[in-house]
Amino acid sequence: MITLDDITLTFPDGDARITAVDHVSLTAPNGVVTGITGPSGSGKSSILAVAATLIRPDSGRVWIGDTDAAALSRDDATALRRDSIGIVFQQSNLLPSLTAREQLLVMAELGGRSRRSRAAVRLRADDLLDAVGLSGHRDKRPAQLSGGQRQRVAIARALVNDPGVLLVDEPTSALDQERGGEIMDLLARLTRERQTATLLITHDLVHRDALDELITVVDGRASTAAHRVEA
Amino acid sequence: MFVAWRDLRFARGRFVLIGSVVALITLLVGFLAGLTGGLASQNISGVLGLPGDRLVLQKPATGKPSFSESVIDSATRTSWRAAPGVDDVTPVGIVQGRASIHGAASAVGVAVFGLPAGAPASIVADLTPTDDDSVGLSAGAAADLGAQVGDRISIAGSDYRVGRIGGDAWYSHTPVIALSPDAWAGVDRRLGGDGDPTVLAVAGAPDWDAVAASTDTTAMPVLTSVTALETFTSEIGSLGLMIAMLFGVSALVVGAFFTVWTMQRAGDIAVLKALGASTGSLVRDALGQALVVLLAGIGVGITIVAVLGSLAGGVLPFLLSPLTTLLPAAIMAALGLAGAAIALRTVTHADPLTALGSNR
Ligand SMILES: Nc1ncnc2c1ncn2[C@@H]1O[C@H](COP(=O)(O)OP(=O)(O)OP(=O)(O)O)[C@@H](O)[C@H]1O
Ligand SMILES: [Mg+2]
Repeated sequence: MITLDDITLTFPDGDARITAVDHVSLTAPNGVVTGITGPSGSGKSSILAVAATLIRPDSGRVWIGDTDAAALSRDDATALRRDSIGIVFQQSNLLPSLTAREQLLVMAELGGRSRRSRAAVRLRADDLLDAVGLSGHRDKRPAQLSGGQRQRVAIARALVNDPGVLLVDEPTSALDQERGGEIMDLLARLTRERQTATLLITHDLVHRDALDELITVVDGRASTAAHRVEA
Repeated sequence: MFVAWRDLRFARGRFVLIGSVVALITLLVGFLAGLTGGLASQNISGVLGLPGDRLVLQKPATGKPSFSESVIDSATRTSWRAAPGVDDVTPVGIVQGRASIHGAASAVGVAVFGLPAGAPASIVADLTPTDDDSVGLSAGAAADLGAQVGDRISIAGSDYRVGRIGGDAWYSHTPVIALSPDAWAGVDRRLGGDGDPTVLAVAGAPDWDAVAASTDTTAMPVLTSVTALETFTSEIGSLGLMIAMLFGVSALVVGAFFTVWTMQRAGDIAVLKALGASTGSLVRDALGQALVVLLAGIGVGITIVAVLGSLAGGVLPFLLSPLTTLLPAAIMAALGLAGAAIALRTVTHADPLTALGSNR
């Protein structure tokens, strides 16, 4: 579970400061896909960046388990990302020199005391590639994969270290509608199977069926009544 | 090193290219170092082969002490012998002249050393004959003259028997021939000198500076005394400058390559950081990668130097030793790494936030 508690984030804008996130509070429970939507520039990515510990908010707390992630030092935040947060970017952001399988294995080589043995990570990588339907493409490099396949690898990569929180930024923006729908369904299934607290940004709502909750952000403010989406 | 190794394989071409450049520079540095070493040894191995802890030269009224101009008179010898702390004083005469084997039409340039039999063991002392009619040839002198033990050779108009042939010793690019002190004094006089020795090889632990000051001499450790050889300083100075410039070039080239390479990877580095890679692990990766490229390039370069050096040894003065191979290699590796370290700024300053952006 991840809880954002009264988060405010501003960016410098000339002499003044622009408020990207304005006193936002939200909770994403385990096993549920919580969608965040809103117009362009409304602050969706900023909320995700704060949740991902990639930027420290001006005020407020980010509870991941019982850790206040907003108060962590840079190094501790990095370790928290490594162990407890999976991130899927808008672009797949795969490393060009690594095969699909290696994109997953690298997650055990990011530094710190590796929690699990390499053999265990190998097993888990194969299991995850299977789960995203790419067992047949494990030895292909990003250049040899389609956009949808790349995004699947990115999703599998985000889950390798068994994170409690999965943060996803516009996963379908580079895909056609059908491919996008498949990715959304995959995320919904994995969220249920692996009981992750999934926070997913999307600005179009064609795939709203895959979302369990939907929060709308306008001008940095989240709509207080998060409404249930009927599937 | 997980990503680093795979990058090496993936971008093989680029890394082979920079590795080849490193190998080429190593080859140049190694070859120059070998040549410098070879020239140096042809210049000074005779001096380094003298016995004693320090070499005493006459201190001229003006200018620097010099092997070719130094003369040590008997009063100076006596003072050094009498100085407290001195264990042994070996008077050495050095003069350059020409020698020829009996019956040969042409003469070769040689360095004639005169020193008493029974001086403390050293390469030159071990050449020294026990009588005034014999000479000891260094290996180079024997080769240049085509002489063997028992042959007769003539130096400055007098004939001598080759009593022994020993190790390699050179002085100012001429091979060393050792004579007894009296025979040497004769040669020196025939060449225009006054027969006094030119250097004292002193062993012991006296108050070097005090004794030197009271006798108008300088007492330099054997290794630093070679700066009193005029040809040595200029020759080694210019070659050394070339080697130093090559070191600088290699650090720059490697630094520039890894800076560009790392900047190209800046996006990947931001992604890895966003995924939770510690800066330490990324720095290790980057430096490890540079080290692999450097070691491979330097290894190839030094291997070629060793092969070429052993081939060239017969024709050129080329010194193949750890000092001319492993030392330059180690300096190359250190400077290359320092160059690659410039690129680390990109790694440590990469902002994982940029991985979230859509315009990578
Ligand atoms: N690094 C930054 N520096 C300065 N201002 C920023 C920065 N990142 C975002 N902003 C500003 O913060 C506001 C919110 O931006 P954000 O990227 O969160 O919007 P968004 O909802 O994700 O939009 P989109 O749907 O277009 O991705 C915008 O006004 C933007 O200009
Ligand atoms: Mg955005």
